[in-house]
Order: sequence, then C-alpha cells, then structure tokens
Amino acid sequence: MLAFVIRRLIGAIAVLIGVSFIVFLIFIVVPGGDPATRLAGKNANDQLIANIKHNWGFDRPFYTQYGIMMKKAFTGKLVSYTNQTNVTTQIKEGLAATFSLSIGAAIIWMAFGILVGVISAVKAGRWSDRVITIVALIGISMPVFWLGILTRYFFAEKHTWFPDGEYVGLTQNPFQWFWHLLLPWLVLAVLFIGVYGRVLRGNMLDAINEDYVRTARAKGLDPRRVLIKHVLRNSLIPIVTLFGLDFAAVLGGGAILTETVFDLHGVGQYAAQSIGAFDLPPIMGVTLFGAFFIVLFSAIVDFIYAFLDPRIRPA
Amino acid sequence: MAERLLDVKGLKVRFATEDGIVNAVDGVDFELDRGRVLGIVGESGCGKSVTAMTILGLTRGANARFEGEVDYKGRNLLTLSEEALRDVRGNEIAMIFQDPMSSLNPVYRVGAQIVEAIATHENVSKEVAKRRAIDLLRQVGIPRPETRVDDYPHQFSGGMRQRAMIAMGLANNPDVLIADEPTTALDVTIQAQIIELIDKLKDDFNSAVILITHDLGVVAEIADEIVVMYAGRVVERAKKRELFYDPQMPYTWGLLGSIPRLDRPKPERLHSITGAPPSLINLPRGCKFRPRCPHAFEKCIDEPRLESRVEDPTHLDRCWLTVEEKRDVRERTIEGELVA
Repeated sequence: MLAFVIRRLIGAIAVLIGVSFIVFLIFIVVPGGDPATRLAGKNANDQLIANIKHNWGFDRPFYTQYGIMMKKAFTGKLVSYTNQTNVTTQIKEGLAATFSLSIGAAIIWMAFGILVGVISAVKAGRWSDRVITIVALIGISMPVFWLGILTRYFFAEKHTWFPDGEYVGLTQNPFQWFWHLLLPWLVLAVLFIGVYGRVLRGNMLDAINEDYVRTARAKGLDPRRVLIKHVLRNSLIPIVTLFGLDFAAVLGGGAILTETVFDLHGVGQYAAQSIGAFDLPPIMGVTLFGAFFIVLFSAIVDFIYAFLDPRIRPA
Repeated sequence: MAERLLDVKGLKVRFATEDGIVNAVDGVDFELDRGRVLGIVGESGCGKSVTAMTILGLTRGANARFEGEVDYKGRNLLTLSEEALRDVRGNEIAMIFQDPMSSLNPVYRVGAQIVEAIATHENVSKEVAKRRAIDLLRQVGIPRPETRVDDYPHQFSGGMRQRAMIAMGLANNPDVLIADEPTTALDVTIQAQIIELIDKLKDDFNSAVILITHDLGVVAEIADEIVVMYAGRVVERAKKRELFYDPQMPYTWGLLGSIPRLDRPKPERLHSITGAPPSLINLPRGCKFRPRCPHAFEKCIDEPRLESRVEDPTHLDRCWLTVEEKRDVRERTIEGELVA
C-alpha cells in the first residue's frame, strides 16, 4: 500500500514536470509567442522591448525561465502577462463553477449512461435498441459548442424558461444555482451518456455469453439477479476507468466549451480566455491544475479497480 | 426397481440461424434412474451439450424450437414455464460445466457463489448457508475449507475450481447432476480424481448423474449405460460392458480406436476417425456417418432405425451391417487398419 502511494507520487511528479515542460516549449517554438513584444504594445520601440525582456527575465536561458516559472507556479505567484492578475486567485475564483458543473454533469451522465447501456443490452437487436443506438450516436456526434449554443438560444433566449448563462453560487441561492446549471449539465452530459451507453452495451453483451453467467442461470437465479449481480457488476469495471479520467478532465477545467458557451466563469473558461490571449502563465497554471486531477484520478481508478476486481489485487 | 427420474423421448432441438436451420439435436431418447450414471459420448458438435442444456431449459430462446419430451418425475420440462423451471435448475437438477476457469464468476468469493446457490432455493440465514458451503467444500475434498471458502476463484487451481463447481452443483442435494465435460480442461491425474469424486458423491447424495464427454476412457470408469451421439442422433446405446466388449456401430469403433492404448504395440500415429462431423445445417442423406465410414455400402443411403440387432434387447444401434459382417471387420477397424 505504501509502495503503491510512493510509486504513484513519483509518477505524478514526473507527469507534471513533463506536461509543464512541453507547454513551456510550445511557447518558445510557436511564432508570435514572444511575450515581450506583446507586453510592449502596438507602439513599442526596440528599447522598450529590450527593457521588458530584461525586467521580466525573458533574456535569460529558457531553462532558467522554466525554473522561475515553476517556482512561481508552485508558490502561487504566477502572474498573467496581459492583465497582471494572479493566476492562482483566478483559478480559485473559477473552482466553484467548475466543480458544480463537473459533479452535477457526472452524476447525470453516469446514471443515464448505465441506464442506456443496460436497456440497449437487454433489448439488443430489437427496435428499442436500434432507436437508442441512433440517439446515442447523435449525442456522440453533436459538438458541444453547437448543441450548447442552440440549447441556450432556444431555451434561454427565444423562450426564457431558463436563465441565460452565468453561474450563481450554491450558498448564495441553491435554487438559482441548480436552475442556472441545469442546461450546462445536460449539454455536457449528452456526449458522455452516448459513449458510456455504447461501451456498457458492448461489455454487457460480452459478459452475457460468459460461462459464469451460464452457471448463474443453471443455479436457478432469476434473470434480474443474473443481470445485475453477474452481468452488470462485471461489465461496470471498465466503465470505472473511463469515468475516472473523464471526470478528472472536466474537473480540471476540461469543459472549456460548455463553460464558455454558458458563460460560467469557471476554470475552463479562464483557460479558453488565456489561450485566446496567448498568455503563458495562466495557460501553464490551468494545465498543471488539470494534469493534477488526471494524475490524482488515475491513481484513484487503480485503487478502485483493485477493489472491484480481486484478480488484480496484490497478494 | 430404481426410481425413474428422467425420461427423454424423441427430443429435437433446432436453431434458426442466418445460415439456415441447425438441427442440433435430432431425435434423442434415454432414461435415467436414481443412483445410475449415464454417459453421453460423441465428438464436438454432436449435440450432447445442447441435449444437456435443453433438459434445464438453458437453450431456450427466440430462435430455438423444441420437439419431444423431457419428462422429469412426471413433469415435461420442455413445456414448463420459465418460472417453474427456475425452481428445478440448481435445485432438483444441477449442472456443472466444462471449463472451471471461466465457469465461476471471478469477482465473487467461491463461498459466496455456493451460498448464492443455496439461498436461491432455500430460505436460510447467511451463517447457516455459509456453514453448509464449508461442509460442501470439505465433502468435495478442498483442504482447509474454513479459510478457502473466502478465496476468490483465481486463488484456486483448476482441479479445485471444478471441485468447487461440484460443491455448488450439489448444494441443494439435486436428484440429477449433469456434468458437461467436467474433466476436459483438467490434466489427467486430476481427471481421475474428479471422476471418482462424482461417483462417490452420487452415492452420498443418492442422485443420478449424466456424464457428457468425448472421452470413452472417462465414462469407462463410472457409467452404467452409454449413449453414443453423432450429428444430433443417438447412434448406439448400450450398457457399459456391452458397449466396450461388443460395440456395433462403426462410429463407436472409431471412438474406441482413438483411445491411446498402453497394452498394444505403439502405432506410428495416434488413430483418429478420418474427416469431420457433418454440418448440422446440411446433413448427408441416409446414415449420417456414411461419408466417414470405411464400411459404407448401397444400403446406407437409407438411414437405419435405432434398434436392437444383437441378442441383448437393450443394446441399440444404427448400422445396416449384419452381426457377422461386423465381427469380421470390427477388430481391424478399431486397430485403424481399415479406414474410409
């Protein structure tokens, strides 16, 4: 157990270093990435740019710059190049919206994903399975920015049934919180419901033909118990991996499109704005923030996996 | 006279598939009395497993059609409702399967899976059921059953898993235990142990056994009566002694010749029956074994009935050869000298 934690911790640090280094390098390689010219503004002269380069440390070797940036990132002192705001403060401000969006959407997509998967596996080949398959594929194929904008236009602007974007804190007004998040939750969940439903359907159809399911039937178990205890239980194991990584991604600000379309001011929207402004420090901050969740949840997934499947438990 | 438990009459099972109708079982009859062991022998795809699974209704499905009767203590299991059949499954008739590696659910403890079998048919507390599971594991020869009961299947060896499957099958003290190739996935020393175990437990539990196998050596040990199946039909049926000492059907000779023998000179190659079993969608006319039979002649274009052609009226076969003709060629066919 301790060895597992230590191994995971070392791996996590390696991943974070790798991710941050690649992000940093991209900025050096990409044309127009030089922050000094951007900071100097439109009417800059060479002297001004040179001064900025010196003051901000852009004239130092890239590995020194990288070191400084990492030091700032982990002490919470990263500052945006474009508006000089503190990155950590900005991410903290977006946390509530991002977490609310992620957790709510995750509950919806997990519940409906399982439901869709089970129904289409049980009805495999019949018309209800075909209908569900088509709907699921439509859900998977619809881009979030398109679905999100249409939903917002139709349900919040043409008909004012729902609030038109923005996030309201849970502690501020629980009802408004829920009401504001309902559309974003559903829009974000649609894609995942489709994917999870399809994956689970496939897993269950494989499991139904397993010998141990035949054994269960030969024991005289009723079909519902066979389905839940023997088929579904074993089919859910791979879903856990999917869920862990998808959930970590949206938690870490990965729901960039949904957050932006619905103007939720979460971490994802902050990331989108920073990318638009070509602003390295916030991009670095958000990337590390996201990578942290991915690393954390892949460790949690491994842990849960061992719990769900005794075969991979260490002896 | 022992109690008649099972009476299978004219059983036919057909499956509709995209390629056509599969005649998986095409007229099978046999009876089973309490305390007896019936061996069903044949190659892969001859319908022996389908026969066994049909007894328990495990082949039911939208594309399956059944004919005939599976009479269990006066009830026809073929027409019994799914609900009533569930009371029979695992309770009055239990089944164990070929591959013990995959027949146990890998995510549940062995004991829990036995407890599940008990709790499905009986209203007992968890503690009582678990104690019974431990007793059963002890009876099938699992060492230290008190601790092994909490193991997962992957912590058991192949032989132990099959023992655990047998324990699960016997959990509700069934009248009939159907063992579908119970030793195929096990190595030879374990095979003998498992067969002896089934034989012993049959007496302890006062039940009857249907033992399905492709290996005549396996049934030779414990079967009272043997049914030889080919292409969904019974082609020979006799008491064990009769079948081994006076086999009538050339297919049976082929099976007997396929057993490696230590008491005969070592042949260049192991004997086998030439060719492959026919497709069950498109069966040959007449005797189904005709294309592979070294002794086929004009008459074989009509299928012989399953009837007694020797003195013993319980010894049935499907072959047009006369008893004298058979006597002439039998030994040499078994030895592999005469092939099609």
